[in-house]
Amino acid sequence: MAIYVILALDVLNGISSLFLLCLGLAIIFGMMKIINLAHGEFIMLGAYATVISANAGVNIWVAMLVIAPVFVGLVGLVIERCLIRFLYGRLVDSMLATWGLSLLIIGIITTIYGNTQQGVPTPLGGFSIGSYQSSYYTLFLAVMAALMMAIIYGVMRYTRFGLVARATMQNPAMAATLGVNPARVYMSTFALGAAVTGLAGGLLAPVSGITPVMGGAYVAKAFMTVVGGGAAILSGTLSAASLFGSVNQIGAYFTTPVYGEVIVFTTAIVLIRLLPQGISGRFFKGNL
Amino acid sequence: MTLSRRRFLQRSAVATSTLIAAPAVFRSGALAAENPITVGSLHDQSGPIGTSGTPMVYALQLAVEEINAAGGLLGRPLKVIHYDTQSNIQLYSQYAQQLAVKDKVDVVHGGITSASREAIRPTFDRFKVLYFYNTLYEGGVCDRNTFCTGTTPAQTVEKLVPSAMKKSGKKAYIIAADYNYGQITAKWMTKYCKDNGGEILSTDFFPLDVTNFGSTISKIQAAKPDLILSALVGGNHTAFYRQWTAAGMKSKIPIASTTFGLVNEPSTLDAAESDAVIGAYGYFEELTTPASKSFVEKIKKAHPDSPYISELASCTYEGVMLWAEGVKKAGSIDRMKVIEALESGLVFEGPSGKVSLDKQTHHTVRNAFLAEVKDRKWSVLETYTDAKPADTASVCDLVKNPNDVKQYIINL
Repeated sequence: MAIYVILALDVLNGISSLFLLCLGLAIIFGMMKIINLAHGEFIMLGAYATVISANAGVNIWVAMLVIAPVFVGLVGLVIERCLIRFLYGRLVDSMLATWGLSLLIIGIITTIYGNTQQGVPTPLGGFSIGSYQSSYYTLFLAVMAALMMAIIYGVMRYTRFGLVARATMQNPAMAATLGVNPARVYMSTFALGAAVTGLAGGLLAPVSGITPVMGGAYVAKAFMTVVGGGAAILSGTLSAASLFGSVNQIGAYFTTPVYGEVIVFTTAIVLIRLLPQGISGRFFKGNL
Repeated sequence: MTLSRRRFLQRSAVATSTLIAAPAVFRSGALAAENPITVGSLHDQSGPIGTSGTPMVYALQLAVEEINAAGGLLGRPLKVIHYDTQSNIQLYSQYAQQLAVKDKVDVVHGGITSASREAIRPTFDRFKVLYFYNTLYEGGVCDRNTFCTGTTPAQTVEKLVPSAMKKSGKKAYIIAADYNYGQITAKWMTKYCKDNGGEILSTDFFPLDVTNFGSTISKIQAAKPDLILSALVGGNHTAFYRQWTAAGMKSKIPIASTTFGLVNEPSTLDAAESDAVIGAYGYFEELTTPASKSFVEKIKKAHPDSPYISELASCTYEGVMLWAEGVKKAGSIDRMKVIEALESGLVFEGPSGKVSLDKQTHHTVRNAFLAEVKDRKWSVLETYTDAKPADTASVCDLVKNPNDVKQYIINL
């Protein structure tokens, strides 16, 4: 019995970490149609911001929940002003530019901090169910995922910023005639997406290997999930993250980690074949 | 003076071509002046493998400096021609060609992953350039033009598995990286575990980009092993040790690993995450012999921010020194004469102790050490002298088949 509880926790862990990793990308890609191939490096920057400030003596929670998103949000802001704003509506160019950007960020971090970086230990500790062990941090990640979902939903649905942002994404020309400055909306949306990604990096820092190239491990899965989820940022990303996260964990448990990965990719191919618009293109049309 | 557009373009073109041509002009000038013996070096100083490659370059430079300080070889100074291969196999092939054809070096030291070695070894065979591979690997390379100075599983896994079993118990669970190193090492772990009366409960392989080990940790708990044998590789896989500790398993089931430490784990992980992990290598920076101490001191003095100085660095140093002994003995840098001199049972006393070249396999007979992580440092528990590359010796005999050039897969 206990093993099923543990397995359920693994699945929850898989879903919540995937959701956190994808949310920022969903905002940037889903709303602005910018393919940000430097997404993995935003995660890495969040993780570095966390471990470096934590090792410098900052409280780990502050480092994770405040410094990481603020820092990466600012980086995102600068990048939007210097690079991305010239690329709206140019899908292929944005891919090339952000890929170059990802190499640049990796290079800068490697030059400053070298190829390895001392990490931070996982806070909170473990608990046991029957004869099995799990960590409170798993639960914390799930709570954070739920919280982020609530915050983004609240902002997009109930605030003026959310209304303006959604309007601009739907029809920038119309929004502009109504007195909105689309450039400013794009800028803040990109920074928001970057900040959310930075937060994900910060949250995953204590349970990951921290290297300048760590982003590479996340970027493919994040894109797969966002594309699989479709246009709706929250319902789409959540449903795709749930699907891929649980398939991966259950697959890895009952077969091997290798097949766990294979099963996820197969699922993604089948999903895109059956629902080319993603899950939310079919089931949650018009939702957030 | 006004600067017209045309003149500006002309000047920029002249300046650019001068800048591009300058190194070539200077280099050829310098070469003609001294006529040095050239040592090629192919090591990754950037990218995922960069942490491993950087100290190897430092060790190679140290060896060459020491040889030069003692008057060079055959009255000629040594000169290093180094290329950073950037953890990129394509660059390995490209720079290997360049070293062999354009730079015409007298010997090449380099290659880190097995994939990189297999990419460049045929090039050096074809162009008849003597090649030293100074990295621990899965064993089996049988090539008269190639000398492998690092340890193979028979030298380290054979010591690691029984001593870990003696400490904890007979039921082991293997977790390993999913490529040739992990697959082959897992087989050796299985063999030595069974040879010592143990049992393997399960073997799991992980692609190199796996970052979430939750389900594996549950699976391990369900299997209830006495011991984890790990051949996980790379930065992403260090997440396993983090998540294992976070789940509170660290104090319950001990871990022995053939790879722990190769990407700086003792210093990047927290003490709680790395304490009591057991490892076995051909060298540890913490060895207290005078030769080892002075080796570490010299590298740290020249490069205070050097990553951990592991077996890779000491084998590189010893590899260059063995080659130098070979050249001295041959009295020539002719490739065949040097190979024959190296095959005559040359011995070098290096940082890891006595290292001798085995004629039959072109591998080394060297010391192996067993150590345990304590407070983010290795603490050496035991020394095994003169460990032989028995795995490669079981398939490779260059005395009988001098024309062999392949890597054997050793069947277990």
